[in-house]
Amino acid sequence: MARVSDLGGTPGHGPVPVPDPAEPVFAQPWESRAFALTAFTMGRIAGRNLEAFRETLDRLTPAEYHDSGYYGRWLHAAEAMLVASAILAPGAVDARARRLAGGRVEEPLGPAAPAKPDYAPTAPGSLRTVEAAPAFAVGDRVRAREGARSPGYVHGRVGTVDRIQPAHVLPDTHAVFAGENPQHVYTVRFPAHELWGAGADDAAAVTVELFESYLERP
Amino acid sequence: MTDPAPSPALRAEALEQLLTERGLVRADVIDGFVAKYESDVGPLNGARVVARAWVDPGYRARLLADATSAIKEVAWGGGANGEHIVAVENTPERHHVVVCTLCSCYPWPVLGLPPSWYKDPAYRARVVREPRTVLAEMGLDLPPEVAIEVHDSSAEVRWLVLPERPAGTEDLTEEELAALVTRDAMVGVAKVEAP
Repeated sequence: MARVSDLGGTPGHGPVPVPDPAEPVFAQPWESRAFALTAFTMGRIAGRNLEAFRETLDRLTPAEYHDSGYYGRWLHAAEAMLVASAILAPGAVDARARRLAGGRVEEPLGPAAPAKPDYAPTAPGSLRTVEAAPAFAVGDRVRAREGARSPGYVHGRVGTVDRIQPAHVLPDTHAVFAGENPQHVYTVRFPAHELWGAGADDAAAVTVELFESYLERP
Repeated sequence: MTDPAPSPALRAEALEQLLTERGLVRADVIDGFVAKYESDVGPLNGARVVARAWVDPGYRARLLADATSAIKEVAWGGGANGEHIVAVENTPERHHVVVCTLCSCYPWPVLGLPPSWYKDPAYRARVVREPRTVLAEMGLDLPPEVAIEVHDSSAEVRWLVLPERPAGTEDLTEEELAALVTRDAMVGVAKVEAP
């Protein structure tokens, strides 16, 4: 199923905005609050699990994902994670927001006790050490498979290992609090014609970071 | 009849109230966190790295070999979205540009928070497919013979583009050079212009 966040190569988009060097960090004050509240929320769930946040973003509806931009989707994801951990009741944010707007809305009772996932990362951040040697070497040809952080536009496409990066926790299991399962990560280089077919820019290529289990020999 | 959904500004305020009431956040801590990303963590850090690489060939070599360590020689490094940074060098023959098609991953320690165009669905969707056209729309025309390498930051590797040093800047100091380096050049959607 297509993921709402998986935009690479998708059709139907207009021109890219022209950069404004004077753009403020936050376009509106609420964006800065959403940014900080989300950052603190991640620490309240079960360790600073960035992958759980990304996975939650992926479960938003297209309207939740797109309608209020980048920090709007952060707000929706923060709320969803707080509800999933029984820190806030479903609908609590909506009810409070309507009251702030002058609405006469009953607020839901808060959950009796948080129900956070029983999970703690083994170390801060995402980088880990993996004892086993990398399965692929620089220069190897590899075919990309699906995975939590494998963009759809590379699935089934063949590229070349360009760099071996430090091992990372595996998003597929870490995001759902099922284990870190660190793996080697490879920067794989795909020529444009392999991704987009004949007519693609001959002098262009795309590199993507892919976990070892997202790769197979062609 | 239901009222329209509350605005994001009201939802943010509601969320802050609810978390404050539960003792989970404090307004002054939030203020401090926001201020850090509004003023301390920004593209000035990356600009200092680039200027050092332009004037010091040994530093340039260290930056291209191990950017995560080299960055810490001149600026604050590490932390969120900066665990492992790779620097790539633009040349007259090869141009690098960075995107995150799955979200908006961006090297926070050296560039700060991403600008709006970087988070725009059109940029995320199109720059991997038609980079030369997208760069032209953004004001950077690259001749067809210049190779373009697009880096899609799909994991925790963060990419920093080392732009070309503009001609005519031989007499400038490192500090003067840093003042020329823009955020957009360090993502690869612009070149650095001589003053």
